[in-house]
This record gives sequence, C-alpha cells and structure tokens, in this order.
Amino acid sequence: MTGLKGYKDIPIGGVITEAGNSVQYKTGDWRSMRPDWIPEGCVHCLMCWVFCPEAAIKVENGKMTGIDYDHCKGCGICARECPRKEKALRMVRES
Amino acid sequence: MASEQRKVAMTGNEAVANALRQIDPDVVAAYPITPQTDIVQYFSQFVSDGQVKTEFVTVESEHSAMSATVGASAAGARAMTATSSQGLALMWEMLHIASSYRLPIVMPVVNRALSGPINIHCDHSDTMGSLTTGWIQIYSESAQEAYDNVIQAVRIAEHPDVLLPVMVCQDGFITSHGIENLEILADEDVKQFVGEYKPSNYLLNIKEPVTFGPLALQDYYTEFKVQQAEAMANAKKVILEVAEEYAKLSGRKYGLFEGYRLDDAERVIVVLSSTAGTTKAVVDELRSKGQKVGLLKPRVIRPFPAEELVDALSGAKAVAVMDRAETFSTQGGQIFTELRAAFYYAKERPLMRNYIFGLGGRDTTTREIHKVFSDLENDLERGHVEKLVTHLDVRE
Repeated sequence: MTGLKGYKDIPIGGVITEAGNSVQYKTGDWRSMRPDWIPEGCVHCLMCWVFCPEAAIKVENGKMTGIDYDHCKGCGICARECPRKEKALRMVRES
Repeated sequence: MASEQRKVAMTGNEAVANALRQIDPDVVAAYPITPQTDIVQYFSQFVSDGQVKTEFVTVESEHSAMSATVGASAAGARAMTATSSQGLALMWEMLHIASSYRLPIVMPVVNRALSGPINIHCDHSDTMGSLTTGWIQIYSESAQEAYDNVIQAVRIAEHPDVLLPVMVCQDGFITSHGIENLEILADEDVKQFVGEYKPSNYLLNIKEPVTFGPLALQDYYTEFKVQQAEAMANAKKVILEVAEEYAKLSGRKYGLFEGYRLDDAERVIVVLSSTAGTTKAVVDELRSKGQKVGLLKPRVIRPFPAEELVDALSGAKAVAVMDRAETFSTQGGQIFTELRAAFYYAKERPLMRNYIFGLGGRDTTTREIHKVFSDLENDLERGHVEKLVTHLDVRE
C-alpha cells in the first residue's frame, strides 16, 4: 500500500472534507466482467450513459467515446440496456 | 469570580438533570428506562417550562436515542442523552459510531444490572460491557460527584485533543434515587465554564461541506483506530486540566482517582462509585483502632490510569479489588484484571485478590467491607492470597 497517508495527516473520524473526491477512488479492479464497446455498431443513443451508476461512460459532444475502466465496476447494466445489444456493447470476462 | 453556590437536597438523577439544564445542550434525544427515567423526565419539564432552549427529541428506543444524538452531534449540535442497562446494551452498535466519528456526546448512565434474570437494581454490568466502545468512562460516588462530573465531561469531550464521547456513571437507585445534600453552581457559572460549542467539521456548515461515515477498508481503517487510541491517551491530561479549572470554580477537586487514607495504608480496597462511601466509613473505624487500611476509588476507567494507580498503591501490601460485574472469564472482574496486569512490570507487587459483589443491587454494607479487610489481614499472615476470585456474600 504505497502513496497512502499516515494517521496524523488524515482528518479525524473518517470525515471527508473534500467534495467530489470519489473520483480518486479507483474501483475498476473490482471488475470480473468488462463491457467491450464496438464503435462501428454504436448508434450513440446514450442509454448506457443514462443507466451507468458510476458515470463510467465517456461522452463528448453528445457522442459516446469510450469507457472509464478506472471506475467501471463491470455491473453490465450498459450492455443490458443497449438497444443494439451485442452489436455495440458486450460483456467479456476479464483476463 | 464565581457566584455563591446553592445548597440543595436532590437525588442523583435530579442533580444530573439540573446539570443538563445548566449546560442547556442544543439537542437531547432520550428514551426512558429505570433507573435513569427521572433524568429525562425532569429535563423534559425544564424544556416545557422554557428553562432551556434544547430541542428535545422523544424516540422509540435507545438505539434511536443514540442514533439521533449522533446525527445531531454530526450536524454540529451539542447533543446529549442518558440511559441505563438494557438501554445501553441496545445502543451498543451506535456507541461505536459516536466514538469513531469523534463526536463529543455526553451521556449520563445510571448503572443497572443487565438481564437476565430481569433486575432493575445497581451493578456495573452495563457500562463494564461497553469498555471497548471507545467512550471515556467516569464513575461517581455521590449525587454531588455525578453533578460535577457531567459538567466537566462537556469540556473533556469537546477538547480538541480528545473529541470523544463520555459516559458519566452513577449507581442506580443507591445514588440516582437517594436524596443528598449537595452544592450546585450558579447557572451563569456553568454556562461560562462549558462555553459555546464550536465544532470544526459539521454537516450543517454549508460553506465547507463534509461527509460523515464513509467506508475505510484495509487501507485506512487502522489509521482511524490509532487516532482514537491517541485521543484516549490524550484524555488523561485533559481530564486533569479540566478538573483543575473546575476546582477553582467549585472548590471541589477531582483526579483520575481518589485516595482515602491511602498514604501509609498496608491493606487497601479498590472500588468504584457508591460502595467507596461505605468503605470510607469502615476505613475510619479501623483506623481509629490503629489499623493501616485505606481506599482507592478510581474515577476514570477509560482511559485506564494504569501508571497512576500502580504508583498510588506502591506502598500497599495487600489489595482487594472489588468489581460490581461478572466477566465470566473465571479470572475476575474487569478492574481487577486490568489493575493486576498494570502491576506486571512493577518492582513491588502487593498481594492482590478480587471480589465480585453487589450484583443486581445486593446490598453491600460495612459488614461485607469488614470481611474483605479481614480476609486481607489473613492473607498477609499467610503470605499468599487464599482465593483469587471470591463472590462476596453468596449463599451456597
């Protein structure tokens, strides 16, 4: 466990004093299955973006651009809700 | 300069309720349980009569009482509650939340035996069962001490080097319902002594939003526990500083323990709370016959003042530690076990034995205390203790 702070350098009582810092908490290694995005099959309806509980679907200018694997926990809701199903998003086992 | 104190006749519960009135906390959330009921009953009257500004929350259980107190304290309020026995047991998981969130909650506890069999009278099984919850524990011999300890507890809990919750214990019925003469401070003096509560991180501070109660796993949980342990160690010094300041205000001086005719005592009884009063009477009687006996009454049990107690008992030849709760370890009560362990590295170790006494409110009178001192005398003649753990006053 490197890069972690000592007990004298953290706020007491486990209080989080900085808003929005969950982005620093990488949850990607919890994953056993991961969504694999196929850009050619994607119609950019953004249903995956709507349903993703971790805000792990990357979007620019109204179009999907990829998946944030640092935070995606692999729940699979994006692939389930995708109207194109396996043509655009499919779940594959993490190797 | 402090105003004149008022001499009053009050029960322990009434005295504590008046301490609460003078502290005027922002929030009190409580549920009635014998023998604590009077405290919140008197206090609810103060609320109805407009004598305090407190938001008084009636809840459906002690689990909720502690939860609401935790919530109020995290929001930034000076929050208090009170309980006994099963109520304390029902609060158990929330006791850990209060201490680990570092919330300076003050809770008067009126000691009562835990079921079963169902019993409403005094022993210390309730608070002895919560020694590992991260709360400071202060024990009171009398209504006067319960009153004084509650007021001091506010300052101890809220000290920036401590920030831990505090239980202030008194003996159920014996102290809580017995009327005593005591002195209470002027309202203004208590107000000034406790001061205004200024939390550093709190939920209602919308300018600096914070989150309470997040997850901390293998990476940080240990560090938060070490912070709590360090705060508990700091509490020892703070308790003495607050006592010093309180002595200037009240003329009543408190320490981590009280030694009674201890200086040259060869045989010593160590006992908490009201039984210390009974023991003082026996000490006086035996001293008048030229016997070197004394009493050590611990006031603070969390943090455990190990070095100070060992030092205070360094001249003793035989010590009887009296515990008002079973641990079922078969090795004696909690105070005995901890005090005996504290002596492990001491150069001089007195003979030491344990008595489990007064369970479920069984009367412990001067007769039983005489027996304990007499047992110690026999041990000294024998050169070793007759029995490590004795249940005092039991029928076979």
